[in-house]
Amino acid sequence: MSEVVWTTLRLAGLTTVLLLILATPIAWWLAGRRAWWREVVAAVTTLPIILPPSVLGFYLLIAIAPQSPLMGLLHPFGLRTLAFTFQGLVIGSMVYSLPFAVQPIRGAFEAMGPRPMEVAATLRATPIDAFFTIALPLSRRGFATAAILVFAHTIGEFGVVLMIGGGIPGKTEVISVRIYQLVESLQYGQAHRLAAGVVAFSFAALLALLLIGRQTDEAVL
Amino acid sequence: MNGVVGRFSGALGGFRLDAEFALEPTGVTALSGPSGSGKTTLLRCIAGLTRLKGGLRVAGAVWQDEQTFLPPHRRAVGVVFQDASLLAHLSVRANLNYGAKRTSAKADIGFDDTVELLGLGPLLTRSTLNLSGGERQRVALGRALLSQPRLLLMDEPLSSLDAASKAEILPYLDRLHRALAIPALYISHDDAEIARLADRVLVMEAGRVHPAKAVKRDALSALSSRERDGLALAALQAGLRPLS
Repeated sequence: MSEVVWTTLRLAGLTTVLLLILATPIAWWLAGRRAWWREVVAAVTTLPIILPPSVLGFYLLIAIAPQSPLMGLLHPFGLRTLAFTFQGLVIGSMVYSLPFAVQPIRGAFEAMGPRPMEVAATLRATPIDAFFTIALPLSRRGFATAAILVFAHTIGEFGVVLMIGGGIPGKTEVISVRIYQLVESLQYGQAHRLAAGVVAFSFAALLALLLIGRQTDEAVL
Repeated sequence: MNGVVGRFSGALGGFRLDAEFALEPTGVTALSGPSGSGKTTLLRCIAGLTRLKGGLRVAGAVWQDEQTFLPPHRRAVGVVFQDASLLAHLSVRANLNYGAKRTSAKADIGFDDTVELLGLGPLLTRSTLNLSGGERQRVALGRALLSQPRLLLMDEPLSSLDAASKAEILPYLDRLHRALAIPALYISHDDAEIARLADRVLVMEAGRVHPAKAVKRDALSALSSRERDGLALAALQAGLRPLS
């Protein structure tokens, strides 16, 4: 029981950290000046919200299977496949939760507007310096929102992890998959314990999100 | 040549800028003209925030020519924006120090002197969130000065202030005007403000700059219209008759 919780938390934590790092430059670029093809990229990064998890899982499985061109590139490094591995699960979770990281961070960058970065530039800050000392701290609420959403969304995923992870105990079996298997084998008592935990956690995550959203007294500019 | 010489030309959206100007090595030059005449665009070009074709030399250094375009962070320019634009996540002191920490220039303008000149002492440890409009502009001005600029640009720093805040900040701008050893460009379309704070005036019209004129100063021009009305009333009450 504790093994499956640990796998789930490790997956959610790792996905959150890696995805925030990946989503930040994407969100920064999307928050820049308007161009129609920017919205094409925005649509692609938002696609996982509306795609059925089975569709996403299917294509991810193909992408990380031994014969895929992507894995072909990794063969020289001794990697043949990521299907049914924990690493594959992390990649799948990142794709699945990408919009939940990009959207809040993009929104925070857009709410900030170009002025603080211009101010920093006239005060001799290089663009990189200004990004870390101005844009990141001013957008911290967007990052907190993204982190909570991604973590909670990863805990809540089922279809994608089942398809690309296969539910191998101790390796790729997460809470949502375990609950499904417990219910299938009519072990309702155990299923209840896990399910109630997920409900309590999800409620706490949502409450945290709403509390972050309430802090409007702190003007962004 | 110690002053500023610049020319910029190019189109931005539907607007065309074709500006040539020069600033003396010291003193405040007002940049006046109707809204939409390109004052802010010219200021942004000088700061490097907007890029148009042209050239710019400040105190002997080339900031822009055919081959060169220094990005804003490599220009020794101090900018005071219309809305102060203080950095909301930093205290007043950290706002003042943001540019100071990042400049390699010799500190001609000292922290304590600036705090004293602009009366910032009581504000230093405060957050920027509950300052008055006048206080915000004084912090923005101090922050720009402490980055050790060779040129100070101010974009209508008083326009968003109410009459009381204006009255509060004007004496500080007077003192700054007397103490400042670098050229300053001050956008305004308030004649009383210009007469009080500027030595010369450049007038812009439809993206072009007319040659500089000295600001005419007489006893009344530096007063606001309200102060003039007050004086006229006092004169009438004292028994003087208006000239017919």
